[in-house]
Amino acid sequence: MTRVHDRGGWPGAGAIDRQEHQLADWELLADALVQSLASPHRRVIRIDELRRAIESLPAAEYESLSYYERWIAAVERLMIEKKIVTREEIDAKAATLGEECRA
Amino acid sequence: MSQDHDHRDEHAPIRDGGHASPLARRARALEALLTEKGVLSTADIRSAIDTLVSRTPADGAKLVARAWVDPAFKVRLLADPKAAAAELGLDLTSYARLVVVENTDKVHHVVVCTLCSCYPRMLLGPPPAWYKSLDYRARTVADPRGVIREFGLELPPKVEVRVLDSTADMRYLVLPRRPLGTEHLSEADLGSLVTRDSMIGVSDPKPERTHV
Amino acid sequence: MRFREGDRVRVRTDDRAGHIRTPAYIRGKSGWVAIAHGEFRNPESLAYGGEGLPKQPLYLVGFRQTDLWPRYSGPPTDTLYVDVYEHWLSPEGGSA
Repeated sequence: MTRVHDRGGWPGAGAIDRQEHQLADWELLADALVQSLASPHRRVIRIDELRRAIESLPAAEYESLSYYERWIAAVERLMIEKKIVTREEIDAKAATLGEECRA
Repeated sequence: MSQDHDHRDEHAPIRDGGHASPLARRARALEALLTEKGVLSTADIRSAIDTLVSRTPADGAKLVARAWVDPAFKVRLLADPKAAAAELGLDLTSYARLVVVENTDKVHHVVVCTLCSCYPRMLLGPPPAWYKSLDYRARTVADPRGVIREFGLELPPKVEVRVLDSTADMRYLVLPRRPLGTEHLSEADLGSLVTRDSMIGVSDPKPERTHV
Repeated sequence: MRFREGDRVRVRTDDRAGHIRTPAYIRGKSGWVAIAHGEFRNPESLAYGGEGLPKQPLYLVGFRQTDLWPRYSGPPTDTLYVDVYEHWLSPEGGSA
């Protein structure tokens, strides 16, 4: 079984884009949400759960999303799976945030 | 399970460095909901961001420079990296296990995580984008010399290249070789030669700047 | 810990559904135990909200690159090391 995240020796890989990338605010936030949810005094999620949720993304989505986009998509799934939030709540909240949260 | 992501389908995927991602907005929405519900506090999130940006490759470089000037420290660093880091005032107790591997004129180490992006953040800060890229993850295990060459370092065949694929609770930091001709440099000056990339193993430290 | 440093081991070939931390490219390959790291919670359970117990011994396992990649272009002395949990390893005769 080929799994999309298991990249060692993956055929067709090309030159490495070595450009440095400054993390955008939302990327810092994505990282902070994960670290806070997984922190020993909260332990709402384990990092292993995050990895599993990322690996469970549809292959095309895994390939096309950027790194922290995958994290957000995965955190969303975990929060819904754990019945902490619903997708409808996230949709509604995202709609109210509007333009102010542009990266 | 796969069709419930329609909120993204209308948008072209935005890569790192792009502008607003639809997922950026959802990150903000999650932040708001999780704090409203008391799952997280804004203090948690602020403190996580502080931790994230406070660690930089300068921490790793301090350890390397000390190991270069103090052979007894190097022995301790290789034997018990966290205890050695504590000697320099770096508290790594809350992080994953750390292993330090030494480059010599016979062995060159390079670190990758093929399954995700495991990285010694406790000493290098957040990983660079290329470390997390699918190309780096695919190629470093199968063609490490080619990858290292792309970063500008040609390793002779007599040097054993050792790839470390971090797949578990271990994080690997490379102790690079001290550049030749740096005997007269202070520990602080040596530290400035130690690059992030040399502690991942895709390159060597900067050579000493020659004065003209 | 079933294995000691220097023991020859082979990575299991079986694939299984769910979250695993044993990359495909080492499955079925033989190598040697370089470091016995100690025991850790099992990620295959942690990934689904479990406690990861019983803990699993974890080893740094070394491989010859030429054993992993039939077309490896570097010298035969090049090596690769991966952290592997004990239940993914079986013993192999001899020592490294």
